[in-house]
Amino acid sequence: MTNIAIQATGLSKRYTIGVQRDPYGRLTEVLWSSLTSPFNRKRAKQHRDEFWALRDVSFDVPRGSVMGIIGRNGAGKSTLLKILSRITEPTLGRAELRGRVGSLLEVGTGFHPELSGRENVLLSGAILGMKRTEIVRKFDEIVAFADIGQFIDTPVKRYSSGMQVRLGFAVAAFLEPEILFIDEVLAVGDAEFQKKCLGKMSEIGESGRTIVFVSHSMPAILRLCNRAILLDHGGVVVDGPTLEVVRRYLESGPGRTSSREWTDPASAPGDDVARLKSVRVVSADGGPPEEIDIRRPIDIEVEYWTKAPGDLRPSVNLHFYNDEGVCLFINNDWNDRQWWSASRRPGLVRAVCHIPGNFLAEGRVVVTAVVSTYNPTIVHAIEREAVAFVVVDRTEGDGVRGVLANEFPGVVRPMLDWHVEQVSETVAGRG
Amino acid sequence: MSLSAGSKPQDGGLRRQLPEPVVVIEARHGWRELGLAELWSHRELMFFFVWRDLKVRYRQTVFGASWAVIQPVLLMLVFTATVGRLPGVGPAGIPYPLFAFAGLVPWTLFASSLTGASNSMVNSAGIITKVYFPRLLLPFAAVGSFLIDFLIAMVVLGLLMLYFGVVPSIAVVWLPLFTLFALVTAVGVGTWLAAINVRYRDVKYVVPFLIQTWMFASPVIYATSLIPTEWQWLYALNPMTGVLEGFRWALIGGPRPDELILVSAAASVLVFASSLVYFRRTEQTFADVI
Repeated sequence: MTNIAIQATGLSKRYTIGVQRDPYGRLTEVLWSSLTSPFNRKRAKQHRDEFWALRDVSFDVPRGSVMGIIGRNGAGKSTLLKILSRITEPTLGRAELRGRVGSLLEVGTGFHPELSGRENVLLSGAILGMKRTEIVRKFDEIVAFADIGQFIDTPVKRYSSGMQVRLGFAVAAFLEPEILFIDEVLAVGDAEFQKKCLGKMSEIGESGRTIVFVSHSMPAILRLCNRAILLDHGGVVVDGPTLEVVRRYLESGPGRTSSREWTDPASAPGDDVARLKSVRVVSADGGPPEEIDIRRPIDIEVEYWTKAPGDLRPSVNLHFYNDEGVCLFINNDWNDRQWWSASRRPGLVRAVCHIPGNFLAEGRVVVTAVVSTYNPTIVHAIEREAVAFVVVDRTEGDGVRGVLANEFPGVVRPMLDWHVEQVSETVAGRG
Repeated sequence: MSLSAGSKPQDGGLRRQLPEPVVVIEARHGWRELGLAELWSHRELMFFFVWRDLKVRYRQTVFGASWAVIQPVLLMLVFTATVGRLPGVGPAGIPYPLFAFAGLVPWTLFASSLTGASNSMVNSAGIITKVYFPRLLLPFAAVGSFLIDFLIAMVVLGLLMLYFGVVPSIAVVWLPLFTLFALVTAVGVGTWLAAINVRYRDVKYVVPFLIQTWMFASPVIYATSLIPTEWQWLYALNPMTGVLEGFRWALIGGPRPDELILVSAAASVLVFASSLVYFRRTEQTFADVI
């Protein structure tokens, strides 16, 4: 019995973009092309665009360790997890998993809205690989963990989204595989429940199970994993102790770029409701957007495609972080009251957030762009660290800093209104 | 909240003594084994799928499971009032309503199983892209819930026999075999269509048409004797010919099926076997294109 639980060698996955863009092929096209050019199959294939989502990925995971996979959107994390959990096959390469395998790529896998909570626990448990006797034995614990009380016999379609998530995670939390793959499931649920899940997961870690964990949450990765790999463009960039890899990830690039654009709606970040088209930093004075004078206003411009029907109201929100990862502030496009109450139509939408001059502090600012709908809150498109820019203070005397050249703390540097006057010409007590 | 670097699983507990399963993941090309052993080891999940379908099917309906009976009964009445009046449509000595119903009950089982199986993959796209299990379970499980509908309809068929005073002969022992052949054919064709449906949604439009045409090409509401003798061999290539002829003979009597029933059976097995092979061959791309 070797001490390696997962051994991956040269895993690669190729997607044909043509297939992705039009997933529902038409029989007529295939029949027609095989009629008109029966021997041309090979050549026709080469014309389609190919895209390697994963390229030559190799690693070993020792038994009982928790490994994190990090990387930006489109780096190949989910593809890797899908291959390891046998949902899709690699194009090249090989992996060996020693032990019973379970995967948790979604909260509430297999839930049927018409069925009650009780019935869905049985169903989802079975789909995730539990035996019936095992589910029945753990049933009370699962319900207690989910904390949904008397609603257990209510159809799940009448649950709030929070309740659905809690029930879904509760089922998964009681899986007992020796190897477990988890994809970003902590991104859902409220903060308190997330904490509870993290607690449960570190229990799983302590019980000697091998876990591979994909997340965007660096705190969660740092807390749970003893090793991590950083993926970029489908390849492994670093593989090592978590702290080192996380540091490398953060350095590598909260985008050095001030402008992002996605030309293909099929692969742009987002879902059926909203997909990002571009995120841009626009300097008001037309100067280079990477370097912003602290006194000058700037615009963050977000464009997204939406297919949302009129009753869904997608909303852009921007999260601003400094170099230390401190969230400076968050802002939402509902501040445009006119747009917020306007009737919505599918198409392309541009939202511009105007940041006044003399407001941000010096240093690098990293912007995460999100498109969500509310009640319930659903994130449709998110690009973390989409764009970045540097705010510089030239210390010419008319900024907040004035002519002071030494350190000037604070995460923002607003130019606030002051009112100062001479009250009298005598000093109290001195006569 | 410390983590457990390198701590080995505790030896103890019964299941640790079993040989450790090793899963090998690699690109496989071309033909592959059918994986029937793996299918068998997941039989519990298959029952869960069937149980779900049964639970969900008649939720929020007024008539509930009686739909399983209403449809074939109405069809029987319609055909009795129309086709049944023509001379020589059914065999002599058997009341036409009973003849038609004894054809419609297994036909309904076949038609709904075929529809269910062909939609099974697309309807489960959500779990196919999120969790692994042998995909072949889905078309198989899609059939299970219709078997219950079939049993309910069989009770009504029994009552109808009682009404017409028809008592089955010893041949009734063959009834499960013919039912099985109806299912094998439905799963076979359904599995073919399920695999094609993943990539080409045209299947959705083909299936209702296919079933309608197929029904008139099978001895559901008329007897095989209506087909000219020199064409009977061709007619027997339709697996449902054998199923329906045999089913009726086993239950309500009438002419004993001849050797041509073997042609039907062979066609049925061929469709079934080829569907498994085709499904396994195309399975690897399901999660990517569904």
